[in-house]
Amino acid sequence: MSKTYYDPADLRKFGNITEWNEELGTKFFDYYNSVFQEGALTAREKSLIALAVSHTEKCPYCIDAYSKDGLQRGITKAEMMEAVHVGAAIKSGAVLVHGVQMMNKVNKLDG
Amino acid sequence: MTKLKTQSLQKRESALANSKRQLEILSNGIFKSGELPTFKSKIAEIGHAPLKPNKLEILQINVGYMCNQVCSHCHVDAGPDRKEIMTRDTMQQCLDVIKTTGAHTLDLTGGAPEMNPNFRWFVEEASKVGIKDFIVRSNLTIIRANKKYHDLPQFFKKHNVHVVSSMPHWTRGKTDKQRGEGVFDQSIRALQDLNAIGYGLPNSDLKLDLVYNPSGAFLPGDQASMEKDFKKALLDDFNIQFHNLFAITNLPISRFLDYLIASENYEDYMHALVDAYNPEAVANVMCTNTISISWDGYLYDCDFNQMLELPVNSIVKHISEYNEAILQKRDIVISQHCYGCTAGAGSSCQGTVA
Repeated sequence: MSKTYYDPADLRKFGNITEWNEELGTKFFDYYNSVFQEGALTAREKSLIALAVSHTEKCPYCIDAYSKDGLQRGITKAEMMEAVHVGAAIKSGAVLVHGVQMMNKVNKLDG
Repeated sequence: MTKLKTQSLQKRESALANSKRQLEILSNGIFKSGELPTFKSKIAEIGHAPLKPNKLEILQINVGYMCNQVCSHCHVDAGPDRKEIMTRDTMQQCLDVIKTTGAHTLDLTGGAPEMNPNFRWFVEEASKVGIKDFIVRSNLTIIRANKKYHDLPQFFKKHNVHVVSSMPHWTRGKTDKQRGEGVFDQSIRALQDLNAIGYGLPNSDLKLDLVYNPSGAFLPGDQASMEKDFKKALLDDFNIQFHNLFAITNLPISRFLDYLIASENYEDYMHALVDAYNPEAVANVMCTNTISISWDGYLYDCDFNQMLELPVNSIVKHISEYNEAILQKRDIVISQHCYGCTAGAGSSCQGTVA
């Protein structure tokens, strides 16, 4: 048994999930590939969104994959880091906006 | 001024300066253990083993390994210390072949081909033959390196040379990291000089193409998208125009192999190449339409095989005994580095192939 939960080499095996359920696995990958095609957004823009979400989801496989994808697309370090900050801002904003709920509760109980 | 990024493997007396050592690495490890399939077994699956030539289209002549730059990923291991330079006698033998070849493209490369003392004579003589597409692979900075090279754009124009130049990125940091400090600024200046006399402008017959190769252990992105990004950035930032961008995959040989091993990226990179193997690229890999000629006149299936010292598998080995009909019957020599030319949309000195 591996001593860690995550093994970078497992990312290459992602496609193997179809082995235990071909229909759903194939549907997922077809969907996934369609999502990342050029559309109203460019593939480059989608790559940056994916990178930001990879961080907010704290998915090490996704971070590896979309850091590399960004490099392949010529995305700069500055662009990548800005995307991560967008993710971080939303994540922290999502925490802080609950502060309003806290304030509401406190004001109701102790107003 | 530009600063040298590093030294050649040969100058460093690195074990990897020896092509045999490189071939050992490519044949052993993950390929010997069966973790990854050999290139030969992979192309056998689609009936392409042995790999055979198609119609000859390109004669690529490497006129010497001397270069004013020492780029970190150079597959030639070129640099100022390299003394391998094609002589005028060998050039004359090449000219004799150029007069009779069925190839429509002549492709001069190096090192910095302009540093060969007989470069201009050779270009003048070769251009008289009237070959359809006459390419010189210029690293751009050579144009700015010394006063004696400043007129190269005019010289190229006079002989209707198709200029193909390396440009790893449209930002200074990424370019200089790969090619040496100051390379970006000098390259920009050289591109502006070329634009000023008509090279690279829309509808101009003076062809100016750029070559992109990744700055690290990853594959190039989509060529058309990269071209769009390069064109926008170079036009917006520097008012520079060019025709096509060729996205080229770094092959795991020479200084790039050294980098992969030192950065512990070798196995992952080979996995990436094999994972991206595209059977549709196999039929059009550049060794099927190219003959590569080395500075000393020996013949190879491609520039990469030349650097690995894997000569053509034919009784015709040297430019002095050149015979196209015999060469066309040869089996192309392959090893695991060939995965670099079949990954994704494929890769060649003319960009993607699939």
